[in-house]
Amino acid sequence: MSATEHSGGGGGTVAYIQHHLTNLHTGEGFWTFNWDSIIISLLLGAVIMWMASKVKANLESGTPGAFQNFVEMILEFVQTQVKDSFPGHNPLIAPLALTVFLWVWLMNFMDLIPVDLLPTLAAGVGIPYLKVVPTTDLNVPLAMALVVFVLSVYYNLKVKGPVGYLKMFLFHPFGKMAVPANIIMTMIEELAKPLSLGLRLFGNMFAGELVFLLIALLTLGATLSAGLLIWFPLQTVLDLAWLIFHILVITLQAFIFMVLTIVYLGMAHETDH
Amino acid sequence: MSITITLIAQVLAFTILIWLVNKHLWGPLSAVLEARQKKIADGLAASEKGLQEQEMAEKRAEEVITEAKQKAAEIIAQAEARSSQVIEESKGKATEEADRIIAGAQAEIDQEVNRAKDGLRKQVSELAVAGASKIVGKEIDLSAHKKALKDLIAQI
Repeated sequence: MSATEHSGGGGGTVAYIQHHLTNLHTGEGFWTFNWDSIIISLLLGAVIMWMASKVKANLESGTPGAFQNFVEMILEFVQTQVKDSFPGHNPLIAPLALTVFLWVWLMNFMDLIPVDLLPTLAAGVGIPYLKVVPTTDLNVPLAMALVVFVLSVYYNLKVKGPVGYLKMFLFHPFGKMAVPANIIMTMIEELAKPLSLGLRLFGNMFAGELVFLLIALLTLGATLSAGLLIWFPLQTVLDLAWLIFHILVITLQAFIFMVLTIVYLGMAHETDH
Repeated sequence: MSITITLIAQVLAFTILIWLVNKHLWGPLSAVLEARQKKIADGLAASEKGLQEQEMAEKRAEEVITEAKQKAAEIIAQAEARSSQVIEESKGKATEEADRIIAGAQAEIDQEVNRAKDGLRKQVSELAVAGASKIVGKEIDLSAHKKALKDLIAQI
């Protein structure tokens, strides 16, 4: 963001974008809490749990309602993914994948809410900054990727054993002749997995949010000069097109995050590499 | 846009959410799904079994029916044989009886005829005597012409 800071010419638009890309935060440096990311993601987690409680309340009746059918559909979809790409059996993988899919999808979904709506409302009640899409905050996708990484290391150690895990670093991928190269290669490979997992989601959502902001910019100056209103039809069309496309993107990103989580943990469960 | 303590907070939140989803959404719902799958599988198995049983029962019923038919045919054949036998027997008896009756009647008729013949002979001889005495004009001594009369009677 520092590149665009204080660039005099388009001060209004830059300030607008920068404002939108700033988290509601307290603290300095590492000790910065991005409260909007934390609170919104927790609220979305609460939405999942509310969904769970609603399904659970209906569970005893035996006849599933429309809502339960919908949740069951998602659950079976996730189950199929786990069955297809996860070798063996681990009771943690499916709930983990379901959590990833639901949570990431809901956090991505915040992107479909008009970009200015929530920040403007928040400004109305005295909240200066609000970045509504938690997945556009690097910390959120990386936190999930980190959990997946820790789990994958844990299962690597558990399934392959410490020696087996070490062997993977020593003799993979080039065999016994190139141990130092193997260590470096495997290290990069293992670290690239969680990093790419988190950054992919972050990048997609950040870019999507930015495009929404750019589309919103078309008539931003309307209060200054009414002439900018000629862009209004174009803005509507572009916004609608990007919105429809983004429905696909947010679902796809949630799906990819889920599938890769399953695949990475599946790799950790493979005993013979 | 940097990695901060938010990351740690999110790691915690994510971990807790996984635990909660597992406990309150995945657990109960997958249990219900599994139970439903089992129920459906059981139902299908039961219906399959029922169908098999029905098939077997149908086969058994068919067997019973054919057996019954066979038995009925046997019984009918037996009855027919018995009845024809009875008919034959009664026919024989009736013929015998008829023959006996006819024979009896014939014997009686013969007797009557002989008796009538004897009577007639006597009458004829008397008539002949009476006729002859009229013709001759005198009493014919019966005893004197006993021999001639007897011959006459025998001739008639």
